Amino acid sequence: MTEPDPRAELRDGPELMGDALDARLSETWGDKPGLIGWLRTVDHKRVANRYIVTALVFLALGGVLALLMRLQLAQPESGLISADRYNQIFSMHGTTMMFLFAVPVMEAFGVYLVPLMVGTRAIAFPRLNAFSYWLYLFGGIMIWVAFLLDIGPEAGWFSYVPLSGPQFSAGKRTDFWAQMITFTEVAALAVAVELVGTIIKQRAPGMRLDRIPLFVWSILVTAFMVIFSMPAVTLASSMLISDRLVATQFFNATEGGSALLWQHLFWFFGHPEVYIIFLPGLGFISAITETFCKRPVFAYPLMVAALVTTGLLAFGLWVHHMFATGLPRLGYAFYTAASMAIALPSGVQIFCWIATMWDSRPRLEVPMWWVIGFIITFVIGGLTGVMIASVPLDLELHDTYFIVAHFHYTLIGGGVFPLLGALTYWFPKMTGRMLGNRLGKISFLFTFGGFHLTFMTMHFTGLMGMPRRVYTYPAGMGWDMLNLISTIGAFVLALGVLIFVLNIVLSLRGGAIAGDNPWGAASLEWATHSPPRPYNFAHIPAVTSNTPLWEETLPCFSGLRVEERELLLTTAVEAEPDIREPSPKPSVWPLVAALATTLLFIWSIFSPWAVVWGSIPAAIALILWFWPKDPAEPGKEPVIE
Amino acid sequence: MRRALPIVALLLAGCSGVQTMTEGAGFGSRQFNSLMLLFLIVTGISFALVLIFLLLALWRRRSEPGEARVRSWLIAWIAFIVIGLILLTGASFLSDRREATAAADQQPLKVTVSASQWWWGIEYQNDDPSRIIHTANELHLPVGRPVQLKLNSGDVIHSLWIPALAGKQDLIPGRDNDIRILPTRIGRYRAQCAEFCGLQHAHMAFDVTVESPQAFAAWYAAQLQPAPEPATPLAKAGHDWFMSHACSNCHAIGGTDANGRTGPDLTHLASRRTIAAGTLQMSRGNLMGWIENPQGVKPGARMPTVGMSADELHAVASYLETLK
Amino acid sequence: MGLALLSSLLLLGACRREDRSQTTDPHAEGAAGGAVIAAPEQAHYAASAYHLGEGQRLYRWMNCNGCHGPAGGGGMAPSLMDAKWRYGGSMADIVRTIDVGRPNGMPSFHDRLTGQQMWQLAAYVRSLSGLAPKDAVSSRGEEFSTKAPYTQRKPAQPPKPGEAY
Repeated sequence: MTEPDPRAELRDGPELMGDALDARLSETWGDKPGLIGWLRTVDHKRVANRYIVTALVFLALGGVLALLMRLQLAQPESGLISADRYNQIFSMHGTTMMFLFAVPVMEAFGVYLVPLMVGTRAIAFPRLNAFSYWLYLFGGIMIWVAFLLDIGPEAGWFSYVPLSGPQFSAGKRTDFWAQMITFTEVAALAVAVELVGTIIKQRAPGMRLDRIPLFVWSILVTAFMVIFSMPAVTLASSMLISDRLVATQFFNATEGGSALLWQHLFWFFGHPEVYIIFLPGLGFISAITETFCKRPVFAYPLMVAALVTTGLLAFGLWVHHMFATGLPRLGYAFYTAASMAIALPSGVQIFCWIATMWDSRPRLEVPMWWVIGFIITFVIGGLTGVMIASVPLDLELHDTYFIVAHFHYTLIGGGVFPLLGALTYWFPKMTGRMLGNRLGKISFLFTFGGFHLTFMTMHFTGLMGMPRRVYTYPAGMGWDMLNLISTIGAFVLALGVLIFVLNIVLSLRGGAIAGDNPWGAASLEWATHSPPRPYNFAHIPAVTSNTPLWEETLPCFSGLRVEERELLLTTAVEAEPDIREPSPKPSVWPLVAALATTLLFIWSIFSPWAVVWGSIPAAIALILWFWPKDPAEPGKEPVIE
Repeated sequence: MRRALPIVALLLAGCSGVQTMTEGAGFGSRQFNSLMLLFLIVTGISFALVLIFLLLALWRRRSEPGEARVRSWLIAWIAFIVIGLILLTGASFLSDRREATAAADQQPLKVTVSASQWWWGIEYQNDDPSRIIHTANELHLPVGRPVQLKLNSGDVIHSLWIPALAGKQDLIPGRDNDIRILPTRIGRYRAQCAEFCGLQHAHMAFDVTVESPQAFAAWYAAQLQPAPEPATPLAKAGHDWFMSHACSNCHAIGGTDANGRTGPDLTHLASRRTIAAGTLQMSRGNLMGWIENPQGVKPGARMPTVGMSADELHAVASYLETLK
Repeated sequence: MGLALLSSLLLLGACRREDRSQTTDPHAEGAAGGAVIAAPEQAHYAASAYHLGEGQRLYRWMNCNGCHGPAGGGGMAPSLMDAKWRYGGSMADIVRTIDVGRPNGMPSFHDRLTGQQMWQLAAYVRSLSGLAPKDAVSSRGEEFSTKAPYTQRKPAQPPKPGEAY
């Protein structure tokens, strides 16, 4: 232990344990203090925290836009916001919420929790992780700066052509939007790849496929959905930029292109996108329900099957966004059937969670309140979804406020409520303190009540014929009172979210200190410190069931190097220990590469030559990033403790 | 919960409105109502079951573990969902087929709708070319006779939607869509563009009048007439101003030299209920306000604010009011 | 933070390109009598993507393509794509041409167009000969392309007698 040789074969194990081990591991896995360490970190927890904070900032910004929209719509023929400004506002609201908040925050929770839940020391491809965060941040800043300068997108978050094409969308507004897509999609793809790698190869020994926590399963399915769906929208947005920049004819019907091509490509991504947002939410619910009912979720294999089925089916639904476009009716019948069918796995999952509560004594702590809020809200959203899966119903309801109500019920009920529950549940793990209980309950009540007040009325507004995406409406249509109620509800909802944020701020300083496992949960992330050390686990745990912390003992492995960053890889199905794998050290190249890529992307909005000249700095950054380093010597099999 | 009763009341009592989709004034809308009721019942039962199960799970008194019972309930729940979904899918499909074949034996009225930013060009087709009429931002339909609307767009994607009568269909540039509507009740309704089409999407509506076959024939005959000669000197001055200035660039008035097709046809403007694609009620004040400053009413509309003196405004408005 | 500042600076330079100001006074910009507005105002039209787009639309709507060709290639009327300007190629000159008409067939649009529309058309006409900023001009319309597509196909040759083809 006193040898100065940096390549000494120091291992975590019987000789080196406790505080001494902690000190050594912290030095190996920790970042240097200060700005340089902060910029160079590849610690998945620090990167995930940044993702979460940034995503919550975008949630707030998107929420402010929503309040502006509701203020404008509170009264008929209101002159508060001009048509152009309103069109930019609703386009930015959708874009911010979908691309800059919802997907990143769900992936961020995956990035934070998955390595901890599977019992490994780091995420796969940690430098790619850092790179993806910077790219996401720069893309988000780009589009928001554009919006604040009156160059924000104006054609909706979905940017249908020909409205978003070169003739009808003048200037660079839509180009900023299309390039923001490229930023966020590259970031999302990168994270998805890391998550799949971590889940398949870095699980703790003994964590067979049937012992993987349900949250990790949901992240696995989500990551695969990202990988298969994101390319469609990146392709579509690239074709749009190409049409607008260099006069290609992809979407020009007169020259043989097709306006419907955009819709197919966009919705082939767009429908899985909402499930990408929704599935991690389901994972949150499973984790919380298991803990507070003190038993594993009912019918685990069925739950996993439901997740996988939802992920697969999600790719067969996209034409239900296009029922009004005049495609053949027989084709529509298939998509109706598929859209109905996807209700089945979700229905099964709802049953299983309630069944978990049935046979136990659920502790109604604040995270469980969010679970109950989720069940009530999401089921309503899912049932209105069954309605609009039907073609005759959808042909009336499409593009009305009924649809707005539906997707807010499913996205907020199925995404945001679980998210807020997850934030409450994992806040102790991430920060070492508990979130305030009373403020938590108050924020739930305001959020839940405000949400229903806002969006339940929209079902009726839609049935009474109010179309979407209108900056104003005539008086005397019967919509006036309903819109006013929605606006009031929106402010109540905003208040609820504000109280939640206040709770976070207050609890960061003065919340009760949480131990390692304040909730008495079963999964591996609760086996380590709160907040976890940079190296996550002093010894790699081994699992013998799917509720490892509720077993008698938690065995662990020892034998990983202490002076080098080293992980244990296991086999994909049986999770038997396989090889030891070095993990990259902190590096500034992900940031540099992200800056170079940002330059390339933003420049290409203005000139096609950017693709040539702009790739040079990006190539240089990548070469320096991947420059080979001395590999650590591969070692022997680790010793089982 | 909060949802079930008000919606049933809404449907049964019929919260009426010119743009309400539950109005049931057309075959499609009536299909919607009955199908929606079926869906509401099935989904309402599902929701009630979930709520009851949830509330019981949270607050019941636990007597003995019921794992086996819960397992059989799961099977029953899955069966309920599967049967329910098959029922709803089947009902949906049948409803769709019924609407497609409603009044299939009747000869439909043929109308071509050409949407532009942000108005509707309407052309009633006829085998005899002298009986084709052009109008804009209004649709008159005889009750009980199906109308086949051919849909095309001059610029971006729009969507034709007459909620009180039937579902919607998109107007996509480069694509010929059509929709068949069967109006079943006489009345006045409002249609609105239902696909975001730019700056003034919110102000792109039109009036629909469903009337008896006799009234429709009378309207049609009146539409076939060219515009009357202006009788008063003021109207004549307005007519002259109209023809020699920007107006005749874009607008057409049957029987005059004005033949522009890039803007709405004005031949029978004064007989319409609204102007500016459903934005303003037809009245002298509104008409003057609109032609004097279109950009103030509908900012970004293609109709420019040309700048008229008060006299010119009065003259043109007087002339336009003669276009019944 | 620094990145936000940098982006703001870059995008601020885009002020002209993204300008969409609507005039309230229809005859403020050089209608009857040829009153010409001050130079900075002109520049807004010449470099604004929105006004160029409106000019493109008006070019079709006022049937300029009927005489000047669909992309300004000329026909009955002189080509607008070349560097030859019979009556001057500045914005003010073109507006005056549209306003009062010119000998040999160019009609006067004095009563037919507002001042703003004339400035929009002038901006578009200048863009046809490449005199507008590249990033403000829209790449194409939703109509027939005026350029032949890039293709690798060899130009068609007539078959030689006796050869199979």
